[in-house]
Amino acid sequence: MSLLKPGHRGCAGCGDALAGKFVLDALGEDVIVVSPTGCLEVFTTPYPESAWGVPWVHSLFENAAAVASGVEAALKSLGRKNKTKIVAIGGDGATLDIGLQAISGAFERGHDFTYICVDNEAYMNTGIQRSGATPLYANTTTSPPGRISSGNPLYKKNMPAIIAAHGSPYVATASIAYAPDMMKKVKKAAEIKGPTYVHVHAPCSTGWKFDGSKTIEVGKLAVETALWPLYEMENGEITTVRKIKNRKPVEEYLKVQGRFKHLFTMAGENPNIKKIQEIADRNVKQFGLE
Amino acid sequence: MKLVIKTVTKPGSTRANKTGAWRSFMPVFDHKLCSKCGICAIYCPEGIVYKLENGYFEPDYEYCKGCGICANECPKKAIKMVLEGK
Amino acid sequence: MRKNMVVVEGSYAVAHAVKVCKPNVISAYPITPQTHIVEDLAQFHADGEINCEYINVESEFSAISALIGASAAGARTYSSTTSQGLALMHEALFNSSGMRLPIVMTVVNRALSAPINIWNDQQDSISQRDTGWIQLYAEDVQESADMTPQLYKLAEDVDVLLPAMSCMDGFILSHVYEPVILLEQSLTDEFLPSYDPEFVLDTKNPMSFGAFADPSTYTEFRYKQEKAMGVALEKIEEIANEFKDIYGRYYGGLIDGYVLDDAEIVIMAMGSVIGTVKDTIDELRTEGESVGLLKVRSFRPFPAEAIRKALKNAKIVITLDKNISVGKNEGALCTEVKACLYNTDNRVPVIGFMLGHGGRDIPMQMIKKIINKAKLVEKGIFVESEFADLREDLA
Repeated sequence: MSLLKPGHRGCAGCGDALAGKFVLDALGEDVIVVSPTGCLEVFTTPYPESAWGVPWVHSLFENAAAVASGVEAALKSLGRKNKTKIVAIGGDGATLDIGLQAISGAFERGHDFTYICVDNEAYMNTGIQRSGATPLYANTTTSPPGRISSGNPLYKKNMPAIIAAHGSPYVATASIAYAPDMMKKVKKAAEIKGPTYVHVHAPCSTGWKFDGSKTIEVGKLAVETALWPLYEMENGEITTVRKIKNRKPVEEYLKVQGRFKHLFTMAGENPNIKKIQEIADRNVKQFGLE
Repeated sequence: MKLVIKTVTKPGSTRANKTGAWRSFMPVFDHKLCSKCGICAIYCPEGIVYKLENGYFEPDYEYCKGCGICANECPKKAIKMVLEGK
Repeated sequence: MRKNMVVVEGSYAVAHAVKVCKPNVISAYPITPQTHIVEDLAQFHADGEINCEYINVESEFSAISALIGASAAGARTYSSTTSQGLALMHEALFNSSGMRLPIVMTVVNRALSAPINIWNDQQDSISQRDTGWIQLYAEDVQESADMTPQLYKLAEDVDVLLPAMSCMDGFILSHVYEPVILLEQSLTDEFLPSYDPEFVLDTKNPMSFGAFADPSTYTEFRYKQEKAMGVALEKIEEIANEFKDIYGRYYGGLIDGYVLDDAEIVIMAMGSVIGTVKDTIDELRTEGESVGLLKVRSFRPFPAEAIRKALKNAKIVITLDKNISVGKNEGALCTEVKACLYNTDNRVPVIGFMLGHGGRDIPMQMIKKIINKAKLVEKGIFVESEFADLREDLA
């Protein structure tokens, strides 16, 4: 039985729920989880119920890393740290945007904890608004396509690079669609002393507009098109990379999601899709994916 | 029910909420086609696909939301989503 | 008694008091005029005099957030802040009180921007009065230090479990050098038990803190916080008396009186201005004026019953407020005192004076001017509330 218990209010096919499940099942019972506000926090803890089978604390939206710093300090001071792992699990809005300061402080101070970003690429719990993690041209309610807009005009913030620049000993990207790989990375991150970071891709059927049964399929396409490179960095250097056999063109990934459907209404060559393909091509070069 | 201060809640108490009532489609598992790979159990967001003693898998229909990930991912196409009659 | 006194900076006396309370986690972020407290604590920590984790956070928001996590994990926690820092914590103040975490924080009272001003008034802590934090106001440095273990004992009481702020006027108390008795470790060990909470983050007994409560359950959480404030109302007096028994000092519980019993004119105030008021009263009494002081020590919980009792013989009540609710043209003490008398038979005139904003000095002459202004009510001239120390050349 998983340490993330059933009966939670996640959507049918929820990627965040899978991420939460994989993190807990990778780490076991001796873990304290800190959550910022977000889908995962809200749908797992409607009073008086909780889906978390481990100690869990939620304070505010922007302070998970600061709260985790305090938990770590308390356990150290009280002599209760032992092998207990402290894990902050937060969404992309809480991590890349409003919580960035607290994360920067916690990583700079070198607390022994792991921060896992569950990235569904928008503020989902408030109804699908654009975040710093929203990819180019994605349709969100605050970056909708229209007569003079093709959707989100901005590139995704490179959070793993920001964390690596803080000197973190271990930074990795993962995807819920590659569960054994994700669980291995989470375990490794937790076991390495100091502040470590895993950035997990978690497709959201409600926000990205695809059928809930396709969550894993969509996640795989992100990796297979090189839009979501899977890699590990240790002390700032890339140490492992998941290579792609038979890379797919980005259309294969974009066309199965309603949030990109506006890109397909143009006949002939689409300059927007071309820009997205360039992101994938750059990833291949930068990370040596082929 | 006594209100516990600190908004403290007991672990796993969401089990009181039977989300099986949510679904329209239910997964039907055909063990004859199953290769016991366990992918259905891994990718169930509710964590409610369990391994039986004989090594095959079955969902707990009290919680299954009918999302269809198990059926979509099964490499042997051993799971079919069937409209549930009420 | 006097031979135990040392002359130290107010901040040092408070930092020393924190030290003997043996906190497990301290978070620190600089802001004038509170910084000396966290600096002194850093030196204690560096010299191995406090056995705690000392976190140099990157903002006040993280300062309080780290304490939320630490407190939930079972630690006794401390931080100190001021003005902009306290305002930045606003959201987390509600959050920590709702989560019933007994965090203790010194607020070194300072004016709020804009305009930016580093000197003393009480707008910062007063503007947080709805957050569910206990608020006590200190009259002098000794009281500021003494308040620290009293607040830990109060906050950590199993029937209270609310965070608490100890308010001391910036510069006036934080940077002044006064003779004080530094709190003795042995007496503090006797007075303050160790923190042993029932609900903690513990992998051997997992629990979830910080659930979301829908309309069907939210109200009762607020009700329980309010009930806890009611318990605090009683315990504040009890604890002040226990402190007196062990340390030999008493600064009042919820309130305190100074030549109050027969006073026709009663001045009500919070914080360091009380010293000036007392000196003014001493002078005026020699001139035959019937004037006394009602010190308000606890602002939250608001001691309505104690105030009503203390004012039953007053003919005129003057409230001094180092704060203003802009748009109401009144300070909070004035408004709340009037409110607590309204439904009673005692309709004594309550005249509000706002003064000392942004650190403007309050000399005895100002207190005398205020008293004369308030006495005009006997002639039927009645201004409910005004700025007492307005500069005509700038206004």
